[in-house]
Formats: sequence, C-alpha cells, structure tokens
Amino acid sequence: MIKAILVFNNHGKPRLIRFYQYFPEDMQQQIIRETFHLVSKRDDNVCNFLEGGSLIGGSDYKLIYRHYATLYFVFCVDSSESELGILDLIQVFVETLDKCFENVCELDLIFHMDKVHYILQEVVMGGMVLETNMNEIVGQVENQSRLEKSEGGLSGAPARAVSAVKNMNLPEIPRNINIGDINIKVPNLSPFV
Amino acid sequence: MPAVSKGDGMRGLAVFISDIRNCKSKEAEIKRINKELANIRSKFKGDKALDGYSKKKYVCKLLFIFLLGHDIDFGHMEAVNLLSSNKYTEKQIGYLFISVLVNSNSELIRLINNGIKNDLASRNPTFMNLALHCIANVGSREMAEAFAGDIPKILVAGDTMDSVKQSAALCLLRLYRTSPDLVPMGEWTSRVVHLLNDQHLGVVTAATSLITTLAQKNPEEFKTSVSLAVSRLSRIVTSASTDLQDYTYYFVPAPWLSVKLLRLLQCYPPPEDAAVRGRLTECLETILNKAQEPPKSKKVQHSNAKNAVLFEAISLIIHHDSEPNLLVRACNQLGQFLQHRETNLRYLALESMCTLASSEFSHEAVKTHIETVIGALKTERDVSVRQRAVDLLYAMCDRSNAQQIVAEMLNYLETADYSIREEIVLKVAILAEKYAVDYTWYVDTILNLIRIAGDYVSEEVWYRVIQIVINREDVQGYAAKTVFEALQAPACHENLVKVGGYILGEFGNLIAGDRRSSPLIQFNLLHSKFHLCSVPTRALLLSTYIKFVNLFPEIKTTIQDVLRSDSQLRNADVELQQRAVEYLRLSCIASTDILATVLEEMPPFPERESSILAKLKKKKGPGMVSEIEETKKERNVEMNGSTEPATNASTVSTPSPSTDLLGIESTAVFNSVPLNSTGGSLLVDVFSENSAPVATLASAAEENFSSSSDLTSPDNNIDDPATAVHVSHDDDDDVDELSDTFVCKNNGVLFENQLLQIGLKSEFRQNLGRMYVFYGNKTSTQFLSFSSNVICQDGLKSQLNIQTKPVDPTVEGGAQVQQILNIECVSDFTEAPVLNIQFRYGGTLQNVSVKLPVTLNKFFQPTEMTSQDFFQRWKQLSNPQQEVQKIFKAKHPMDTEVTKAKIIGFGVALLDGVDPNPSNFVGAGVIHTKTIQVGCLLRLEPNTQAQMYRLTLRTSRDTVSQRLCGLLSEQF
Repeated sequence: MIKAILVFNNHGKPRLIRFYQYFPEDMQQQIIRETFHLVSKRDDNVCNFLEGGSLIGGSDYKLIYRHYATLYFVFCVDSSESELGILDLIQVFVETLDKCFENVCELDLIFHMDKVHYILQEVVMGGMVLETNMNEIVGQVENQSRLEKSEGGLSGAPARAVSAVKNMNLPEIPRNINIGDINIKVPNLSPFV
Repeated sequence: MPAVSKGDGMRGLAVFISDIRNCKSKEAEIKRINKELANIRSKFKGDKALDGYSKKKYVCKLLFIFLLGHDIDFGHMEAVNLLSSNKYTEKQIGYLFISVLVNSNSELIRLINNGIKNDLASRNPTFMNLALHCIANVGSREMAEAFAGDIPKILVAGDTMDSVKQSAALCLLRLYRTSPDLVPMGEWTSRVVHLLNDQHLGVVTAATSLITTLAQKNPEEFKTSVSLAVSRLSRIVTSASTDLQDYTYYFVPAPWLSVKLLRLLQCYPPPEDAAVRGRLTECLETILNKAQEPPKSKKVQHSNAKNAVLFEAISLIIHHDSEPNLLVRACNQLGQFLQHRETNLRYLALESMCTLASSEFSHEAVKTHIETVIGALKTERDVSVRQRAVDLLYAMCDRSNAQQIVAEMLNYLETADYSIREEIVLKVAILAEKYAVDYTWYVDTILNLIRIAGDYVSEEVWYRVIQIVINREDVQGYAAKTVFEALQAPACHENLVKVGGYILGEFGNLIAGDRRSSPLIQFNLLHSKFHLCSVPTRALLLSTYIKFVNLFPEIKTTIQDVLRSDSQLRNADVELQQRAVEYLRLSCIASTDILATVLEEMPPFPERESSILAKLKKKKGPGMVSEIEETKKERNVEMNGSTEPATNASTVSTPSPSTDLLGIESTAVFNSVPLNSTGGSLLVDVFSENSAPVATLASAAEENFSSSSDLTSPDNNIDDPATAVHVSHDDDDDVDELSDTFVCKNNGVLFENQLLQIGLKSEFRQNLGRMYVFYGNKTSTQFLSFSSNVICQDGLKSQLNIQTKPVDPTVEGGAQVQQILNIECVSDFTEAPVLNIQFRYGGTLQNVSVKLPVTLNKFFQPTEMTSQDFFQRWKQLSNPQQEVQKIFKAKHPMDTEVTKAKIIGFGVALLDGVDPNPSNFVGAGVIHTKTIQVGCLLRLEPNTQAQMYRLTLRTSRDTVSQRLCGLLSEQF
C-alpha cells in the first residue's frame, strides 16, 4: 500500500502532499523535511529506491522516487508494492499531468492544486493503485472538466488574472518539467468497437 | 486540447498565491497567511450567506495554506456544506478538503457520513465515485461502521459501472485493512472472485488487490481465485503486445495487473491441480524467456515494466520453492542483473537473491555469485545498494564461506556509511559466532570489530564475547593474551577496555607466567586507561582490581594503594566510592579462603538464544530476518548433524547476553551480595573506622543496596527480548500457542513484553461470558493509534460471538486501559479467538497477537449427582465416539489437592464417593451453548508409581469429548 505521496521542489518546498495514513499536521511537515533531506542528497544516477526515514516507519517502508528538473515525486510504500511498478506509476502520473496541463510545469502544480489532486485521485485511491491506463485517466479528467463547464459560471471570468500571474517574471523557476521521453507516445491503436 | 483548461480558476486564489510567492521573508509570508486566515474566518462566521463559488475559493485557499505547513483548524463545516451540494464542482472540493484534512470530530463525521450516504444512493456514478474516494482516503473506523455493509453490495451489483466497481473494490480493501472485523464475509466473496474474469482490466486490477489482501487472512474462502488468476495471467502473458490496447504500457501487456496476479498467487502454495500447475509453470517460463529476448523499445519504461513482472515472477518461484529448474533459472537471471548497468536492477536483484538464498535448491547457486556481491560492496556508489549487498552476504553465509564474508564485511566497515554501521556490526558478530569453528577466530573478529567501529558496538555484542569466553575453556587463555595485546595500543576504544578489564579479571592468571604480561604489567596497563573512561567502565575496572587481588596476591598492596587514594575513596560518584570502600575493606580483612570464594571465577552462563539476533530482528523489523534466520538454523542443524555434532550445541544454542547484563553491571552485585550476607559485621567495621562520615556513608550504602536490588530485578525479564520479538510477528501463524495456564483459571497475565502487559479477568455464566482485558503501558512514552480487536477465524465466527468496544487510541506511559469483551458461545468450538493489538511506539508500529483463553470448558455449569445417577448416565453414553480416553505422563508433581483444584477450576463438579477407588477423581458438568447443551462426565485415574494418568471423558458429542480431553490432559 502507498502510505504517502510527496511532491516537493529542489528546495524542499512542498507542492503536493497526500497522506493515506493519518499523521498530525506537524508530523506531516516533519516527514516532508525528513524525506527531502534523504532524497535530495542523492546523486541523480543512483537507484530510485531507499529505505524510509524513521518518521514514516523506517525500513519496513521504501521511498521510491523520481526527480524531474525542479520537482521530486516521492512515493512511500510498504513491501506489498512492486518497486518497479511504482516507479512506472510515477511516470504515468507525470505523463498524465503533462497531457492534462500541456507541458506541465511547477507553476501548474501551484496554481491548480485542486486539479492536480483530482488527477491524482484517478490514479491512486486510499493508498491503492486505482488506474494505470493513461487514456482512461485522462478520459475521467476530461469528464470532470465537462461537468464543470456545464455548471458554468465559475470558470469564465478570472482567466486573465491567472495568465497574468503566470507571465510574471519568475526567473528562478524553470518553466517546464523536463520529462525526457514524454513525447514518445504509445502508438495509436484502433479502439475496439 | 489539454484536459484541464488553464484559464479556469479563481482570481482571488491566484492573487493570494502570487502574494505569498512574492513574500521576501518567512515573516512576511506568515503575516500574509495570518491575514488571509482572519479574512476567511470572518467570512465564514459572517452573517451573509456565502455562495458556492466563494466557499470553494476559500476552501482552496485553506488547502494551499495547509500545504505550506500551517495548521488549519476550521473550515470543515463549510467543506461539509460543499460536499452536500448538488453542484459537482462544489461537491468535489468539499470532498477533497475533508480527505486531505481529516478531522476526528464525531459530530462532523456524522454529517460527512450523511453526505456520503446520499451520494452512494444517488446512482450517479460520478457522485458515487467521489463518495467512495472519500471513504477510502479517510478510512476511519466510524466510516467502516457506517459503510462496510453497503460497499460489497455496490461492488457485486450487476448494474454498477466499471469505474464505480473499481473504486468500490479499493474502498472495501481500505476498510478491511483498517477494521477487518467490520467487513462481513458473505456470499459476495464468491462473486468478487469472479471479477477476475471481468472485461475491464481496471476492474480486474482493483479486484486482484482486494482479493490478495482478503486471501491472506481467509485463504480457504478465496481458494478458487488461484485457477482464475492463473488463467488470466496466462492470457496476458501470451497475448501480443497489441491485444490489450490501452493497458499495454510501452509494449508490455498489462504489467501492473500481471504483478498483482503474481502477488495474489504468492498467498497460496503451488496449485494442486496438475493442469493449473502446468499452466502456471508455462507462464513463469514464458516470462523468464521474454527476459532474454531483445527489448522492443529502448525506453527505460519498457524495461522497467518488463522487469517489474519478471521480479514478481521470480518472487513467486521462490515462494513456491518447488521447481528446482525454475529456481536455478531465476537465480541465473538475477545473476545477470547483478551486473546490469541499471542501478535499480542491481538493487532489486540483490534484494531478491536474499530470499533465494534461503531456498535449499538454490542456496548453492546463489553462493556462486559471492565475488560479484563483494564487488558490489566495494564499488557501488549508492548506499542503498551497498546495504542490500550486505544483506545478501549475510543471507548467503554458511560455514564454507563465513571467514571470507566476515573478513569482507569487516573491511567494508572501515568505510561504511554511519547509518548502517551498527547493523553491519551486529551481522558480523552473529556470523562470527554462528560459524566459528575455531573460537580464536571469533575472539579476533570481535576485537577487530571493536577496533574498527567501537562506537557502533552495542552492549549486546561485547557482553556476548565475554559470555562465550567464559563458557569455553579452550579459548580463555587465547582471549586473555589477545586482549592484553590489543590494550597495548596507545588509543583504544572504551569497549575494548571493558572487554579487556573483564577478561583479564577472570583469566589474567593464564598469561601471568609470561614476563611480558606479569600481574603488575597487566594491572598498570589497565590502570593507565582508567582515567580516560566513563563511570560504568571505571566501576568495572575496580571489580577487575579486586579480582586481581585474589588472582595475584603479590600485587595486593599496589592495588590497595590505588583503592585507598582519595580519588577513589572520596570519589564524587557514589557507585565508585562504594566499590572502592568495600573492595578495600574486603582486601584488608578477608582471609585468602574468603577472598577466593567471594571472587571466584564466573560460572558458565546458561545457554540461550543470542540476543544480538533479537536486536537485529528488532532493527530490521520482524519479517525478513527471522525468516532467513529460521531456514538458516535448519540448514545449520542438518549440516551439523552430519558432520560435526560436537560443535552443534555451542553454535546453535547460545547463551544470552541478558544474563550478562547482570554479569557485568553487577560484578558489583555479585560482590556486594556476599559482602552483605557473609559479613554484616564488615560493614559495621567500615563505619566504625571512619567515624566522621558515617551518616553519609550509611545513606550512600543504603542507596546503593537498593539500587543493586534494582539491578537484579531485570532477572525476571531475561527471556523477554526474545519472546517479544517473536510474538510481534505479523502473521497469525505466529500467534503463540494458547496458554494452558488459563484453562483452569480466569485471571492472570496473558502476555508481557518490554512494552506492554496484558492482564485478564473474566467471568462466565452458562453460555455467556465477560472478559476484562487490561492493557498496561510499561514504558514512559505514549502508545499512539492503539487499537485492539478480536479475530475469530473461519468456522469460529459462527460458533462464538465476541463483541468489543474500541479502546482509547492513546495509552499514556505507565497507564492502564481496560477493554470489555462480551462473549456468547453459540455452539461448541475448538479454536481460540485471537486478540490482535496494534499501536505505535516511538514511530514504529507494534503488532501483537495472542490467543485469547476462551476455551470450551469456560461454559461449564457444574452438576452434582449421586453415585447411582452418575453410573446410569455413564452407561447411557456408551457409544464409542462419545468416549475419549487418554493416558499420559504427569508433567507436574501428583498432588491430590492441586488436582482437585484444577478439576474444579476446569468447571465441573467434583463428585466425592462416586468412584469405588478413593484416589480417583470423578466430575460432572454441562456445557452451555446457545444452540445445545452437552452433558459431560469425566474420570481421572492417577497412577503415582508410574507417574501416569488415565483420563476418560464421556459426552453426547464426540467433538466436545475430544476438545475437553485435549484441554484437561494438558493440565496435569
């Protein structure tokens, strides 16, 4: 089972946190710091697994992570999960974000926190892998958007404010998360009818 | 088109976020956040009703503030309003807030549950999904109570949409994990198994997760899943990469599902049905074959997915441990991975090989990779990988390669990362001891350990070396010589001084013949380290000195001078002062005979399991190490049995350092106890000599004696570390055997380890019973997330009803909490229910399972009857199945009164004057259950000459007769 999903940037600032086991708020923050400390000091081409820090349960748990440009995606899992499977799941999650946001960047995670949560919810539920098929996930997210649109009202007005913010001069943040292989898509297959 | 249009959003939120991001300092940020919190709070409290949009905006802001690490203690009510809304967007954000910021306020939970209930009943799949997500994400007991009954229905209903089914399966899984007692098994279980055949692979994946967890606890009920899983797996494995459409991931068909199915199969032994078994073997072979094929893509995702399946297949092969051919192939495959350029694969290969090493078919094959693994230890850049290499070396170690492996580990220790040094030290100590053929090698190894990594050598390790030296005469002289040499080093670790002090104090005489290590030189060498050491070590050295007085009378005056110096006699530390005073007096007054008796060589330690092992298990968590350990032990016995039975005893069974805890710390105890008993006058003498400080000395002495009695008290707990570790194993198979002591009595201590004590008080009347369980926290730290529940397995569920009330999740240090169990016996039963306790102690989850002493005889009502009645009924029960007889040897002294008390305690009436032979015991009673009552007659015939008993039981039901006979016969 997945115990927690933590996304933070190179400076340890949390960008998405999701705990599937109850921890008090201050403990959650300590875990983020501890995890950041463990992960950030590792070189880029070492392995993607390490034993969990003491706060999150020690060596019974593994941290499985990927580092994309400015962001670390860390999944804390117990022994019932396949390490490589989770590693691929992180990739699926990020590729899905990339599809949904079109060239996702750290700012998208900040300004669309709710959306990111909704997308994550389609992938992982209560600490268990819900869906691994990217098209299915994207389909669900599109459904949500349609529903939102149909309810209308909320969406139209403040669009400009957001784009203004995004165009502000924020040099310290690279705009795109570089996920390398993302442009290679699974070949399009004719769907079953 | 992107699925999320970036334009959508809330202006206020965006502005707030950019404000925060533009804050120049932490203070400015906090100020801005506090301002916003005040604003939101006033908006929520204000008179004006907020529209959905505003609420949504504020809730989003709160989520953002929470992400930044600030406590959010309000807004839950608004979130509940949102999730009860009919608008999707509002509902969605309401649920999100609740699942991220869980709150245990029960009033709130009631409202949330209400909202969930409506959504589950709405038949709108989107709403149902949101509700199911919320239950799964929160997963609290309250929610389990409210919904555990409904979710199985949603899951198996024919008209449920696929996406809802997926969510329902995982939701149920989550509830089962948190509150297994609340999820009722029922006819839905068979239908869940058939979800493995579902069209939709997402549904199959979710269902497989669910079934895997359920099958771990109820293997019988889900047995049919094996053949379904095999056929599903076979269809995936043999499919072309295009068959599964979207579930093909980088040319690998449905990797996640394959992994899950292989995991499910690991819950069961190899399939019995030959056809299924053959098909599975075929699958596994295909997976192994595919690993050798050229990759279909150069992408790392492709090889990741392929290897995820491969590693899981290897796990299954290792789990089955039955096909030598597959095992060897698996081992070769892992061997290839050991040299792979992907670090991840090397890591996983080392990890898998660890489990493979414990299989007898492949142990030898694993050993062939020893050079590669040692190479990994030396060259890997990543500490995670090196750690796995250490684990594997430990697992593959046996008598043939122990010297090499220990040497390599010692080598590595010099440069190892600080985080794993202690673990390596423990492992080296264990291997060195277990595979020592030559104990001089063992002593050298441990002294090397102390030299290289003294700070990481825990007490257990050096206690242990002393125990072994004391228990093995052949190594004592060597040990004395070696420590003497080691102590010559200008800077040596304090642990070495301790070991050296202790060993020279016991066996210094063995090397005193050599001029280079004459008594005086030994003493001067030790004393040169004295002032650099901490108080406990100095105390130990003082004991060494007094032992020297006995061993080497020629240096007595030198030692007395040292003891007499002010820095000893007037030492500020009470313990040191007292030792100096007592030892000095002892050396002055006692005759050589008394000295020789008091300061006799330490007797050998009783042999016990190594507690270094216990410590390692504790460090690594119970699962893995112990498994390897057990198989190792078995192998060890085999080897020893055939080749060298002589060393068997010393390697397999090993004295426990916990006794040493006494031994070392308590050279003082040892010495002060005889002081106290043999010469009460000695103490008086001490006082009269120095008349001035009498008062202080006396109080100091008193204090010390009380503290030394404290020292002895751990005696009672000597066995604890080992048992504690054993019991905290996760699986139920490891539950200790039902304690026999509770069969004839109702109160007492059921379980105890270093952390927790469980006491019981119970009363039974007819078919009902009530049990008071007391959980005592023996530590000074809180237990968090404390939960305890009673699990009735399989058939027992229908035979015994047990109701519990949850206990408070926090147990303060030193406090005791009580839990009441109400028990109803529905029909006769054999198994005992299991009490499962979980709690968090200092960050680690503790799990304790003990069998509850609820036995059939508790529901006895005694029946008085005359001799005539008794024999009449005895004859009526003459059917052969109704009688059970057992002849057994007495395990306890055959005392009539004790036996009587036990029979009465068992629950029957003891009938006097029924049996013509007065030394026999006869009893009668009726077992009350809800459905039936079973009369029972018993007769116990002791034979004191043969030290045997014959027990005869007659009841109207054969199962009852057998069970009662089994229970009662264990008592005598």
